[in-house]
Amino acid sequence: MTKTQLIKSLQAPSIILLFLWMIVPLSMTIYFSFMRYNLMYPEREGPAGFSNYEFFLTDPALPDAVINSLILVGSVISISVVLGLLIAILIQKTFRGRGIARVMLISPFFIMPTVNALLWKNMFMNPVYGIFAFISTTFGLPVIDWLSDLPLFSVILMLSWQWTPFAILIFMTSLQSMDQDQVEAAEIEGAGFWAKFRYLTLPHLSRSIAVVIMIQAIFHLSVFAEIFVTTAGGPGYDSTNTTFLIFSQALMQFDAGVASAGGVFAIIIANIVAFFLIKSVAKGMAV
Amino acid sequence: MGYRSAKLIKHNLTVLSAWIFALLFFFPIFWMVLTSFKTELQAISVPPLFIFEPTLENFTLVQERSDYMSYALNSIITSFGATILALIIAIPSAYSMAFFPGRFTKDILLWMLSTKMLPAVGVLMPIYIMADAAGLLDSRTVLVIIFAFMNLPIIMWLLFSYFKEIPKEILEAGRMDGCNTWDELKHIVLPLSWGGITSAGLLSIVLAWNEAFWSINLTAADAGTLTALVASYSSPEGLFWAKLSAVSTLACAPIIVFGWFTQKQLVQGLTFGAVK
Repeated sequence: MTKTQLIKSLQAPSIILLFLWMIVPLSMTIYFSFMRYNLMYPEREGPAGFSNYEFFLTDPALPDAVINSLILVGSVISISVVLGLLIAILIQKTFRGRGIARVMLISPFFIMPTVNALLWKNMFMNPVYGIFAFISTTFGLPVIDWLSDLPLFSVILMLSWQWTPFAILIFMTSLQSMDQDQVEAAEIEGAGFWAKFRYLTLPHLSRSIAVVIMIQAIFHLSVFAEIFVTTAGGPGYDSTNTTFLIFSQALMQFDAGVASAGGVFAIIIANIVAFFLIKSVAKGMAV
Repeated sequence: MGYRSAKLIKHNLTVLSAWIFALLFFFPIFWMVLTSFKTELQAISVPPLFIFEPTLENFTLVQERSDYMSYALNSIITSFGATILALIIAIPSAYSMAFFPGRFTKDILLWMLSTKMLPAVGVLMPIYIMADAAGLLDSRTVLVIIFAFMNLPIIMWLLFSYFKEIPKEILEAGRMDGCNTWDELKHIVLPLSWGGITSAGLLSIVLAWNEAFWSINLTAADAGTLTALVASYSSPEGLFWAKLSAVSTLACAPIIVFGWFTQKQLVQGLTFGAVK
């Protein structure tokens, strides 16, 4: 074995371990998805053919759940990227107390998802005691019961509050490395804000934007805690995403078979999204 | 109006809007901390109370109901433990991939990231059954292992991009001087990418600290982390906002303070080394 081969063998542990981490649960999930297997009734175990899939795929809530998942991912990414860009540009100016403002802006990113959800649910969105209700009544506007009137939007709001700081954090740093001479040159040439933004800032940030979109897509496709704690997927299925549907239709019934069929479905969806993202976005990340 | 004063107004407007955003984003956290010092009655008062006599009652009650320190300790051990484990696995691999890339290195890295696309809910059943069979349910060990795998792909990406930035010539010079692989890693690669390694570690700690799905589903009393503690307060019985705020403040304070102190490093980590 040459030295190069020896060094290459260093890659083995991470690849093998991640492969096992992926393949063992994955194959067990696929296996269970074809089995009749309920943790509550272990004696009824046996092959199930495609019945688990049939049960899951014919669930009338499934189309809603898939659409909700996509709306969720799409909206949170759009909001956080647009708002993140705006705030990162604002905070680029030097002013007194900028350090404090910066720390305040990124703090929500460190908040636990469960805490985030509880905080918004109780102290802001509660129709009686919540701050939103207080603001509405102060201005004589109708009080909105956020979690039942606008459930999906409420979840989007919570997630955007948490993840816009993530976008700010990344764009902020990226902006620091922008070539200031170029900006000055553009200003002398008479470039306005939009011209500078369109032809200097945006191209400079393209890689960071790709990173933000990619990481957020990974996290938001499997949003669970925020929905679990606040709307529990409701009312009806208005805020149920795929992850939550599997949880409520199968795991709550201890039906490992159907849960696994749902899991396989979720994995396929995630990979379709991943495929398109990697195709379009990951190029900017230049490995 | 002169050019100068127009510019000044523009500057002030920018600063003003930056502060407005900062206050808006921080307000929920401020409100949570403030509520934790209120009585339950004050917590639900309409209009909301800004000035009141603070009480420590909630914190005492939370501590009485559940031992905060044991949950905090579990969070610290699992998030740091998982991060160290993941770094030990990732550093040699990333080093090897960055300096001796093969035809498939890029594909392998993308595949690694794609393992993060496996929805946790899809593989909960098998993991639960395996953990049960190994007698690891409600143990810190199982969380350390899961968090390590969960963060391994992201850590690999970060380290790879940092190592990539080290000029090859430095390594070659080292080799001329008779460095073996180990020396090379220890005396050249690690010191040069120290910032990157810490930031990868910090991000991994934050993600593990806030992880909720696995810690809620796989642990109970013994290995419960702070996320599980908070979730145990989320039951709908009654209005216990002040206590809930207290427990949330306790659960988030360590990581927020940690985040504030390390934000500079963290930023490097988050951008995949994209920002030079």
